[in-house]
Amino acid sequence: MPLAVELEDVSFAYRPGQPVLTNVDLAVEEGEFVAVAGPNGGGKTTLVRLALGLSRPGSGSVRLFGEPAHRFSRRAALGYVAQRAQLGGHGPVTVREVVAAGRLAQGGLLGPLRARDRAIVDAAIDDVGLSDHARAPLSELSGGQQQRAFIAKAFAGEPSLLVLDEPTAGVDAESQESLARLLDRLHRDRRVTTLYVSHEFGAVEGIVERLVLVRGGIVFDGPPATLPSEWHDPSHAHARE
Amino acid sequence: MLESEFMRLAFATGAVVGLLAPAVGFFLVQRNMSLVGDGVGHTAFAGVAAGYLLGVSPVLTALVAAVAGAVGIEWLRSRRQAAGDQALALLFYTGLALGVVLASSAGALNVNLFAFLFGSILTVTREDLVVVAVLGAAGLATVALLYRALVGVVVDEEGARVAGVPVIPLNVLVAGLAGLTIGLSMQIVGILLIAALMVLPVIASVRVAWSMRSSILLAMAIGLASVFAGLTIAYYGDLPPGGAIVLVAAGAFLVTSLVDAVRRRG
Repeated sequence: MPLAVELEDVSFAYRPGQPVLTNVDLAVEEGEFVAVAGPNGGGKTTLVRLALGLSRPGSGSVRLFGEPAHRFSRRAALGYVAQRAQLGGHGPVTVREVVAAGRLAQGGLLGPLRARDRAIVDAAIDDVGLSDHARAPLSELSGGQQQRAFIAKAFAGEPSLLVLDEPTAGVDAESQESLARLLDRLHRDRRVTTLYVSHEFGAVEGIVERLVLVRGGIVFDGPPATLPSEWHDPSHAHARE
Repeated sequence: MLESEFMRLAFATGAVVGLLAPAVGFFLVQRNMSLVGDGVGHTAFAGVAAGYLLGVSPVLTALVAAVAGAVGIEWLRSRRQAAGDQALALLFYTGLALGVVLASSAGALNVNLFAFLFGSILTVTREDLVVVAVLGAAGLATVALLYRALVGVVVDEEGARVAGVPVIPLNVLVAGLAGLTIGLSMQIVGILLIAALMVLPVIASVRVAWSMRSSILLAMAIGLASVFAGLTIAYYGDLPPGGAIVLVAAGAFLVTSLVDAVRRRG
């Protein structure tokens, strides 16, 4: 299977002498669903930024679908869901406006969306179960529903690689598992390579094929079932039952 | 009131300004850059003073200085050469100091300069109206054409950057439009108050709007109404138009805040 993401002997430091990541090797095949977990400050977000070509490594190489990540030519094929706290804007914005923003890279910058793009936006809203809320202001929805809207935004771009950075921050455990089931279904339906980055990985332990633990480097890489018990996420003990 | 040609010119220019300022200001407010207009306004002041010193149209030099200042602040911000508020402070104080020095050198620290600082309904000429109408229409057309892209960057700047949307050029474009708006608006509203017309209608509209689209359209309607009401008050009260226009816009904010409060209690 061709590789979607490939990091080879990658090291990175924001300041000299203070490495955030050291000698990281990671290969994610196309179509895989991988959870990237680890403590806050362990280097998860840095790893994601390197993988997406938003930062350059101090040493080593990063490739996206076979191309150098920082010069990746098919950026419209990348979907990204940021932490909720980083999402911008003031005042009212509807679910449909959020999801339509995900069509920007594919549908062009100028003028209104074409009929085909509008149909894709509607389908993405429907896929995450928000059709009844399409015209509702985002602020009137629960935290879990808001995250669904941003997941629909990412899927509206018809990505080949979807990266979710702490998608469940501030969302209760039940909503986290509901989101995980949604992602599992969307992943099965569309076979999008998915990187789920979170320090709370319990919700997806039972769903992902592979778990990568990051603590300044990769300290575990394998099926969640083989994860040493002391590293399990205690917030979702029932997810493994 | 409209029998006087100067009032017809003021209303026609004001109509363009009233629509353009909130349309551009909307994207500044959404990106936590509400005070950029103030910094750029002070650069425009330096431009006016440079115009007097060089003996060319102060409107033209202010327009050039405002666009250059706005693009400069965005450049500093995007390259992380300075935090947003530091870049703004640099522009704000340098613009003001340069303006005072240049105006003094040109012997122009007088009433004419006050007209630019606080607006004057007597200063708009037919030639000014043509410039404002052409450039204002171009500014509004740009916002309309790129509306979806600008909203996309506001909603999720990082996601847009990851997907290859040209975020930096779009942000520079908004900065350039802000400079253009300030350059075009200074005769009616005044350099020191134009930023308010870019911000107050927007923060008034978001209290009662239900979507991004309704927010920007309502902000433009409030901007237009504020200019028309403010010019009328300035004419009959013999007041500086800039102050009257901005006070009407502030009044609109109070009204929408009240409506919002009543709606929330209900």
